[in-house]
Amino acid sequence: MAITLEHYLVVGALLLTIGLFGILLNRRNVIIILMSVELMLLSVNVNLIAFSTELGDLTGQIFALLILTVAAAEAAIGLAILVVFFRNRGNIEIEDINSMKG
Amino acid sequence: MNSDFSDIAVILPELLLSVMGMVLLIWGAFRGNRDFHVITLTAAALMAAAAVLAILTPTGGGFNNLFVNDAFAQFAKFVIFGAGSVCALMAVTFSADTFRRFEMPVLMMYAATGLSIMVSSQDLMTVYLGIELSSLSAYVLAAMRRDNLRASEAGLKYFILGALSSVILLYGMSMVYGYTGGTSFDAIAAGIGGDASFGLIIGLVFLIAGLAFKISAAPFHMWTPDVYQGAPTPITAFLATASKMGAFALVIRVMLEPFADITAEWRQIIILLAIVSMIWGSLAAIWQTNIKRMMAYSSIGHMGFALVGVAAGSEAGVAGCLVYLATYVVMNLGAFALILSMKRGGQPVETIADLAGLSRDRLPMALALLVVFFSMAGIPPLAGFFGKFLVFTAAIEAGFWWLAVIGLVTSVLSAFYYIRVIKVAFFDEPGEDGGFDASDISLRTVYGASAVFLLIFIAFVGYVIDWAGASAGVFA
Repeated sequence: MAITLEHYLVVGALLLTIGLFGILLNRRNVIIILMSVELMLLSVNVNLIAFSTELGDLTGQIFALLILTVAAAEAAIGLAILVVFFRNRGNIEIEDINSMKG
Repeated sequence: MNSDFSDIAVILPELLLSVMGMVLLIWGAFRGNRDFHVITLTAAALMAAAAVLAILTPTGGGFNNLFVNDAFAQFAKFVIFGAGSVCALMAVTFSADTFRRFEMPVLMMYAATGLSIMVSSQDLMTVYLGIELSSLSAYVLAAMRRDNLRASEAGLKYFILGALSSVILLYGMSMVYGYTGGTSFDAIAAGIGGDASFGLIIGLVFLIAGLAFKISAAPFHMWTPDVYQGAPTPITAFLATASKMGAFALVIRVMLEPFADITAEWRQIIILLAIVSMIWGSLAAIWQTNIKRMMAYSSIGHMGFALVGVAAGSEAGVAGCLVYLATYVVMNLGAFALILSMKRGGQPVETIADLAGLSRDRLPMALALLVVFFSMAGIPPLAGFFGKFLVFTAAIEAGFWWLAVIGLVTSVLSAFYYIRVIKVAFFDEPGEDGGFDASDISLRTVYGASAVFLLIFIAFVGYVIDWAGASAGVFA
């Protein structure tokens, strides 16, 4: 069986869904949310590269490289904010991120 | 190589801010937070200079059609940099505080740079990089008060939901790229060819959902109240004004440039967002006791009203949107300057009930509050009325009279909580905990100027409408 564009798109959509459920169903730890976001970013990269090959156009691959770079910066900032939050709160349980309500 | 240098001319304001941002960063690194006052004032002056430069910069495209400086971008940049400058001016009040970090004005400059790249973008990659430059700066700004639980919680929530929205946006971009064959706006418009495929529609829905997060349109608004409440007030003001202006201008550009040929497809989604935002923004604000949370719901409602202009999809709709956003920015700058001035006995207070007795202690402040909140409610002849009038007229002309009716009803509902604030400030009996402190000269300047602008707006409204109309002409 030949692997076509549709197969890659399904893998991309599955990875996105797994990442989304990782965020929505996870009730414990913020680190897991960060991992899920990274997984979703990679699903976008799978999509872009599959399309890029299919279209015979380099733009998608350049876009994927940009996303990888920005994702690194995003993870660094996210972890930094998480450390600041941990210092103030003493833990990173999702249930405890609730000092504001209304 | 020749063309590369002429390209520099179209990014002058961004270049000024990013280079001077690094200079201020080095200055701060050597002098530390002692120079907070001077660095913040310099940042405010630089952003004001960038606002002027944005109008003077020659129009034209550049960088292999990744970037354009047109009349629309000039209008949006003028408002973004102007708002950024005023927010930096508000931050000067922290000079005497233990919380004074020179990084704050510098990050505001970088966030403003990212926003101006967004409004000038001609390619999905430029859109993404602009959004990330402004968002990454904004996450750090929201968590800036490092020793405060609420601020770090606000930063964390903003980061998680912001990162999620970026991913959704990117997924939409990848689908749009795949089904049109390009990332530049021209290539997308050419690839659509008047007929939308199923994959493209999926991409469009994800793209709009991601953008709706950034403008905090309901039902993608859940981060807004917590971030507004937790972040330091000048930062909240920045998120409510400059960020909203940039993200909204991006929505207009993305909808009307690459997707102009499939208006019927995206219009339904925009109308849904507009209706939900208007209703939720008007109703949820009624139960708020914290004034910053109330302002968050108010901004959700305002985004709904402005989206009505986008839904119209016409030049008049876009012009109405721009007038609406410009007055919205001025009203919010005034309102947040007033909120920052709410201090009793040296302690900042931020519940609506704390405003009681304001008219007795500080009459000028109470009068400014009166003007700002009446204008938010859209009462003529104040500035807030004209934006609403223009977007609703545009919607009726485009055949969406029922959307305008929903807008009018929710606008009347929202007047309830704006006028309640005025009622508390003028008629409620104050408690025993001392009178209001006098506010700083910088805050008095901001809310005074805002109130005067809203009062005399009617005198030069024609000029603003002409300018907005010329900017909207880009999409003709």
